[in-house]
Amino acid sequence: MALVQGRAAGTRRSKIINGVLVNGILALICILWTVPTIGLLVSSFRPRADVVTNGWWNVLPHQEYVTVNQIQLTPGLPLDQPIQVEGQTLTDDQLRAGFKLPDGRKVVWANRRSRTVDVQNQQWTAKTNFTLNNYDNVLIGQEYTTTDAAGNTKTEKGENMSNAFISSLTVAIPATIIPILIAAFAAYAFAWMRFPGRKTLFAMVVGLLVIPAQVALIPLLTDFSALGITGTYLSLWLVHTGFGLCLAIYLLYNYISQLPREILESAFIDGASPFTIFIRLILPLSVPALASFAIFQFMWVWNDYLNALIFLGTAPDTQVVTIKLAQMLGSRGQDWHLLTAGAFVSMVLPLIVFFSLQRYFVRGMMAGSVKG
Amino acid sequence: MIQQTKEVETRPASGAAAGFMDPGRFFAALLGLVVVLVLLGLGFVYLRDSKGANIFNAVVAIIWGVGGVAALYYTVNALIESLPNKWRGRLLPFLFVGPGVAMLFWVLTIPTLRTLYQSFFNNDSTSFVGFNNYIATFTDRGMLESFRNNLLWLFVGTGFCVVFGLLIAVLADRSKFENIAKALIFMPMAISFVGASVIWKFMYAYAPSDQPQIGLQNAILTGFGLEPQSWLTLQPWNNLFLIVVQVWMATGFAMVLFSAAIKGVPTDLIEAARVDGATEIQSFFAITIPYIQGTIITVTTTTAIGTLKIFDVVWVMTGGQYGTSVVGTEFYRQFFANRNFGYGAAIAIVLFIAISPVLIYNLRQLRKQEGF
Repeated sequence: MALVQGRAAGTRRSKIINGVLVNGILALICILWTVPTIGLLVSSFRPRADVVTNGWWNVLPHQEYVTVNQIQLTPGLPLDQPIQVEGQTLTDDQLRAGFKLPDGRKVVWANRRSRTVDVQNQQWTAKTNFTLNNYDNVLIGQEYTTTDAAGNTKTEKGENMSNAFISSLTVAIPATIIPILIAAFAAYAFAWMRFPGRKTLFAMVVGLLVIPAQVALIPLLTDFSALGITGTYLSLWLVHTGFGLCLAIYLLYNYISQLPREILESAFIDGASPFTIFIRLILPLSVPALASFAIFQFMWVWNDYLNALIFLGTAPDTQVVTIKLAQMLGSRGQDWHLLTAGAFVSMVLPLIVFFSLQRYFVRGMMAGSVKG
Repeated sequence: MIQQTKEVETRPASGAAAGFMDPGRFFAALLGLVVVLVLLGLGFVYLRDSKGANIFNAVVAIIWGVGGVAALYYTVNALIESLPNKWRGRLLPFLFVGPGVAMLFWVLTIPTLRTLYQSFFNNDSTSFVGFNNYIATFTDRGMLESFRNNLLWLFVGTGFCVVFGLLIAVLADRSKFENIAKALIFMPMAISFVGASVIWKFMYAYAPSDQPQIGLQNAILTGFGLEPQSWLTLQPWNNLFLIVVQVWMATGFAMVLFSAAIKGVPTDLIEAARVDGATEIQSFFAITIPYIQGTIITVTTTTAIGTLKIFDVVWVMTGGQYGTSVVGTEFYRQFFANRNFGYGAAIAIVLFIAISPVLIYNLRQLRKQEGF
């Protein structure tokens, strides 16, 4: 009896250890995965002077030398000779690098020319200056002045990202909705009708799922310039409709072909035409599958860069957020206060969609896992 | 999953009159169709010529796209239903699949064939050059570098995504915090590659060693007293630092699929193995892995295709410079910077050939399904 109890206690202990180990490793991975995004989000709310002079993790409490006192030495004191500060004899180099006093304080030049010395003390601090200015600059694009660490002011032109945001919506909404209807009709026919060429055509749909967009880009661009629609939203709607159709047909086929046969048969017996059955029965019953595809396609189109770059281009009044952001990264690679805010503007809508409709998105993505 | 396609008999829609043609209805439907086509044409011209980014145009596009397609289906359906029974049954399926299939032919199937044709021609498609473009593809030093990098992406990127995805799925399955952990790991999937590039460029940000580091990686290095690195120009390791971005984004996808698959492993199998004295690790490799084999193949092929087509991350972060070019960026450079259409087409076809084993595998799987 005692032995059994001992064993049970042993397994219980190993279970606890296991649990700690599992949760510990998982927590570590989660932190690793989330830290980059947190860094971006935090930086986007920090003033420019802070972003360029110290890392975003400094918003957390940390120990840092803070100036508590300033000493004015004799003006014109020769620097090539030992200097007396706080009872220590120091050289110019030591003061430049900062010298630790025996009591833990540090002395460092505040201004070498005017011979002032900072006396610093190690203290707990957190750099918690937050501002919405970055978003203001990125979204509205007015001229604005900033003050950098050295106290110089600088006037810059902001970015007009709100326009790109509207542009992205203009691309994404029709490019999500238009393919759904076309695909639903086709999926219904593939699932419930017999016609010559059905197998071949469906094999084509499945084959096209993995095709790299690159093979179609050149001829499409030729066609679009012949039609005079390059650089218009129309070209991008057509492209996304075409590229999204394979997945839509495949996904909706899998769903519609699983609908119970009896419902459709009884509708036929009542004398409904296939068209009526589609509108009255198939579409309402397929809402979960339609929603899954819609969310997947919306994210896909919103986040797309290559097609937007090729078909819509980089013209300021039509460019989408991904293009705008990439352009900012190229032209103002060091303006991290603007880049982080811009990146967050481009991410905010997909993140809202993701966190509110996660279930549908995951379902669409799993069904879309055959798509490359 | 085995699909069963059930045929539903197309029965006459309205009792006695069916079987004969109804001229009145026929001409009314024909007139309706003409009106719809004219309206669609007008909408096309309007959308082609309007270039501004505004919500109004997006609304027009939705009405034009969805409403136009719906009206087209409706009028053609009315036209077909006015025909004699025999014709009705034959034509109706083609009305349903027609628009979708036509769109796929225009946007994907035919362009692929045209690209193949174009790849045998010179830079402006005026003279036949045989296999010269392909020979150039496999001998050009820049291209060879891209192939090497793409292989690195293929093996390292896919390998890490699959291993991490599986590890996290297994850990999350045993943790109480499963949902939070999965949402955090999965979140990068919702972000665009461009947004992710900004996030990671910020992580990799470099400043000379005498200045404060604002990039986390370099801050950690200098914290340990090491020299800061310019990660994105550090050949050949910079390729790995770019692959990190892909792993960060795509692991969530692998995890979600693995997680669903692991939940499908029968618990009595695992239980039986435990009774027989198998350790957790033994039962994982002997039962779980074989059981989720299908999912492993799906995840591996999908991720592999993603790495082969990679473009955005490289283009936005390094522009393909510093020895980081991949096939996707070379294609873009040849086609848009050098205007070398034949060469660009050949690169696209090589990409297509690299992906084709997956295409063939998908078609084989389709043939196993009932109904095809």
